[in-house]
Amino acid sequence: MTSDRPADAGDRRRLAPITAFTVAVALLALPLVGSSYLVSVATLALYLAYVGQAWNVMMGFAGQLSLGHSLYVGLGAYVAAGIFVHFGVGPWAGLWLAVAICSAVGAFIGLLAFRLRISGVQLSLLTVAFAELARIGFDHLDWFGGPGGLFLRVADRNHIDLLGFRGPPAMYYYAMLALAAGALGLCAFLLRRRPGYYWRAIREDEIAAQALGIDTFRWKMLAVVLSSAMTAIAGVFFAFYNNSLFPEQIFGFGRSIEIILGPVIGGLGTLFGPVVGAVALVLLGDGTTEILAKAGVELPGARQVVHGLLLLLVTIYLPNGLWPPLARALGVRPRRL
Amino acid sequence: MPALPYVANAVISGTLTGIVYGLMALGLSAIFGVVRLVNFAHGELMTLAMYGAVGAFQGLALDPFLTMIAAAVVFGGFGYVLQRGFINRFIHRPEHLQMLLMIALAIIIGNGLLLAFGPDARSVQTSYQLDSFELGPLLVDKARVYAAVAAVVATALLAAFFRFTLTGKAIRACADNPIGARVAGLPVAHLYAVTFGLGAASVAVAGCAMVQLIDVTPGLGPGYTLLAFVIVIVGGLGSMVGALLGGLAIGVSEALAGLLITPSAKSMVSFGLLVVLLLVRPQGLMGPGRR
Repeated sequence: MTSDRPADAGDRRRLAPITAFTVAVALLALPLVGSSYLVSVATLALYLAYVGQAWNVMMGFAGQLSLGHSLYVGLGAYVAAGIFVHFGVGPWAGLWLAVAICSAVGAFIGLLAFRLRISGVQLSLLTVAFAELARIGFDHLDWFGGPGGLFLRVADRNHIDLLGFRGPPAMYYYAMLALAAGALGLCAFLLRRRPGYYWRAIREDEIAAQALGIDTFRWKMLAVVLSSAMTAIAGVFFAFYNNSLFPEQIFGFGRSIEIILGPVIGGLGTLFGPVVGAVALVLLGDGTTEILAKAGVELPGARQVVHGLLLLLVTIYLPNGLWPPLARALGVRPRRL
Repeated sequence: MPALPYVANAVISGTLTGIVYGLMALGLSAIFGVVRLVNFAHGELMTLAMYGAVGAFQGLALDPFLTMIAAAVVFGGFGYVLQRGFINRFIHRPEHLQMLLMIALAIIIGNGLLLAFGPDARSVQTSYQLDSFELGPLLVDKARVYAAVAAVVATALLAAFFRFTLTGKAIRACADNPIGARVAGLPVAHLYAVTFGLGAASVAVAGCAMVQLIDVTPGLGPGYTLLAFVIVIVGGLGSMVGALLGGLAIGVSEALAGLLITPSAKSMVSFGLLVVLLLVRPQGLMGPGRR
């Protein structure tokens, strides 16, 4: 193959910073030039990249499979929205409460699971069970609107109110961009430090990690708490972006699956996997719906079928995800961190 | 506290539903116990069978209890081919990749049904749908009794197969020791495929029974996949008797919770039970001693 020639590889290595710069400029300029549809789709992609990154901390880095991450999105969203609707407490205060509560819940589940040595299938079922309990529980909590939903006053689209997190779609876009970039930076930082190395040791072989003197319980707890806290922030964003919350919608099993699709398709345990996966999901999924809509057909479920097919193809042919081959093409060392 | 006949009625209908649940979970348990595959598409397979039963009823006026036999054959064959031609290639991949593979299938089946049939609930209206047997103060739905009887027959056939036939014994040998089975010359790939076929057939039969008890929508899958997991964990992963007992336990506790608390809270009991069991006895009620 020609791509293995050293000269070629050198060209590509010079390509990487240019690509990174172009992507950054494009992302920053997108709301200025793109249509409102493009902005909303890009916001969705960034949202999926962010929650995917949060989930990846727990499964991709530390190897603890959670299939119930909708629990933290929902809890974060409901906590912030609840105190906003009832007491008028703004999102910035609500954010701290949401993060605190979700970290506590994450710590509680982690404590139960890891103290009782639950892992693998059993752990993933435990996380599903807690998400489902929350879904049914919130259906019966009238304070949060029950199954009828909790609604926030719709934002004034023309006025930017940073304190109340109300404003035009572009504001939400930039907020999500900052979150996604922040999460990427945080993960890149952690992976080069002690937690990253310990997590990967635990993921590859927990008993060996223990034998090397790593307090596996402590580091698994850190992964769960960090992951749930990060996911809580996504929940708060979701509440104030969407303005309506239904337990069925936000805690549903399908939601948890949606969170894991991005990182799995992009590349489990890689830094850029969740980002690449989210972009692929949105491009193909929403692209299909858009093309169908242009053709005058509206098919509920088409987007999800595309997501399912993408997941199927990736698990069969690219078990390490889309990122490693893409990284090689871009001249970046595709570390499976 | 409701009067005693109401409680007795709830227990009886819960038991009958629980038998159907048991058959559904049996399929999951067999597939996990032998192939070591976590079938995340189990509920979707059942939903598919339910749509098949509705289609056969509306198009051909076939009673779901007749469709059941055809469904068992079709799903058995489908399961065999799926395992033989496809899943067997992934048997040595990491556990989470196999789970993701099944999740992908689940997403495709569930949303494919949504594409094909739309979001509206569908049901069959048989002549005996609203009839019931009266036993003094007790009222038992006929459809529920028939569904339970069908599930009992299917379960008995499955148990007899595993106990008395050579293939069944070979499959049990595979479950006990896959490497030993290979060494002894058993066709493991074939046996895995037979097991998946049997699992798919039992969930199809359970679906045809279930369609008499509830309306079918494309979104039913995940809920029943989770319910099957709850049952199998309650009974013990891989234990067939456990799956049946787990089905009964969940059926009765759901019915009682629906009566004593509120109908919408009934699955809260099963998930609560799952949490407690996972924490206290992860091998399940009938599972082997811990590690």
